[in-house]
Amino acid sequence: MDNESLKREVVALLRRNARMSDQEIADRLGSTAGTIAGLIQELERDGVLMGYTAIVNDQSDNGEVRAIIEVEVRPERDTGFDIVAERLAKFPEVQSVYLVSGRYDLRLEVAGHSLQEIASFVSGKLAPQDGVKSTATYFLLKKYKEAGVQFSKDEKHERLKIVP
Amino acid sequence: MSDSKSCRKSWVAQHIAELPRSGIRDFFELVNTMDDVISLGIGEPDFATPWHIRDAAIYALHSGYTCYTSNLGDLRLRKAICAYAKENFGVSYRPEQECIVTVGVSEGLDILLRAVLNPGDEVLYHEPCYVSYAPTIRMTHAVPVPVRTEAKNDFVVDVADLEAKVTPRTRVLLLNYPNNPTGAGLDWAAKESLAAFACRHDLLVISDEIYEEVNYAKRTPSLAGLPGMKDRTVLLNGMSKAFAMTGFRIGYACGPAAIIEAMMKVHQYSMLCASSIAQAAALEALQHGADERDAMCKEYMQRRNVMVKRLNDMGLTCFMPCGAFYAFPSIVSSGLDSTTFAKRLLQEKRVAVVPGPAFGASGEGHVRCAYATAMGDIERAMARIKEFLQELKSA
Ligand SMILES: Cc1ncc(COP(=O)(O)O)c(C=O)c1O
Repeated sequence: MDNESLKREVVALLRRNARMSDQEIADRLGSTAGTIAGLIQELERDGVLMGYTAIVNDQSDNGEVRAIIEVEVRPERDTGFDIVAERLAKFPEVQSVYLVSGRYDLRLEVAGHSLQEIASFVSGKLAPQDGVKSTATYFLLKKYKEAGVQFSKDEKHERLKIVP
Repeated sequence: MSDSKSCRKSWVAQHIAELPRSGIRDFFELVNTMDDVISLGIGEPDFATPWHIRDAAIYALHSGYTCYTSNLGDLRLRKAICAYAKENFGVSYRPEQECIVTVGVSEGLDILLRAVLNPGDEVLYHEPCYVSYAPTIRMTHAVPVPVRTEAKNDFVVDVADLEAKVTPRTRVLLLNYPNNPTGAGLDWAAKESLAAFACRHDLLVISDEIYEEVNYAKRTPSLAGLPGMKDRTVLLNGMSKAFAMTGFRIGYACGPAAIIEAMMKVHQYSMLCASSIAQAAALEALQHGADERDAMCKEYMQRRNVMVKRLNDMGLTCFMPCGAFYAFPSIVSSGLDSTTFAKRLLQEKRVAVVPGPAFGASGEGHVRCAYATAMGDIERAMARIKEFLQELKSA
């Protein structure tokens, strides 16, 4: 495999499991741990791999509230939505910012300790921003799937132990 | 009425009574009585059937698609099979006459052999091979003629060995590549020489290509696609392996119209048709299942890389499989025979592998390790096998 396709495979494996060791990645792809470590460094340096995070099933009351917020934005000449989006992204309570097609423009995911905290973020910080025309806030009630991982496991059906 | 007890020795037909009881049944039974075994003995995908395929089966039930279908199988499915065969195996078939839907490749093979063999006809096939070939041939009152394949030839059957076993009664050449249990495959040159052999002796070729899509090498067209071969080849394939659909029980056969018609007769009287619900699922899989099929294949390939490296590193020489999901390492360096190796590995380390002789005498000296098993289990099993070997050496 050439380096570019090797990198693509490394990214695909890390997307599935960011804790996979360099050695396992190497064994799966028929490479060496040293080569893989080097490629991952390059991918990090080039800004392809931006970070690693965990998928957490935290349905229990852990004092965190999350909301999805749709934001309608008045685009600016030349820079479009970028200036507003970058500015919103700087708030630590904002977990993700996407520009989307459809009825509104930016889709944010926001985390806070309580409904009030998020409500005051919306009314005090988000809505008054220059360029923000309107917002709609949806509090998350239950998580079923995140980052490709389904939270309820299917009932396990045992295969036969030996099948010729 | 004192002698109402039958004076026959047995009610069981002679040729069935004579079928050898599989030598490793005891081993299988032993495995089934044990807990906490990591099994590398399972010849089926560990993935659940992709959701869109299960959803199609649910929809079939929902909408009442629960009747018999045409004996040959739902025409929409046969059309999809023929389109799929053209795209993936490079051979064109007519869905109306040259294709039949079966209950797995298992039934496909059975009705095909019954359709073409007369008592006493001989069938050439290569060993080690899938366990049901010899019994299925015997059940038609024909004669199984195995030909050895060996690691030194990458388990590809040697035409010279076939030549040595041909007689005037030889009627069929049965091939299975990619191969269960060795993982061997055929390159273009091997296909050409096998095709030439079949033509030279005027043989019907049955090509069990159930692992064709679980293929890590450069794909070449099916044997049926070689010049002069389409009229003498029946291609068997199915949904079990490529689409992780073993429990759906759907296979298919494509070949010359006269043979498909004869198979249809047997199928009609013995099976009537395959499950309509499973046929609906198969249609969905063939039309929209390529992405998930290929993703599963890629995962198998990466597991293969890991398993084969571990096996070779611990001194169990292993041929690099080019298809299917089996590694077939030599265990000769352990100093044990295959069955003892498998039994002791199971008892001492709780890892199940299948002894090579289960697949024919020429499997002696090998065991089959399936990598259709989660990577974590593969790693744990490999670590245990390594310990087992170390303890053997120091004992
Ligand atoms: C070589 C070979 N042929 C046929 C079969 C039977 O498959 P099916 O599920 O289609 O009956 C298997 C299953 O293990 C196999 O390995």
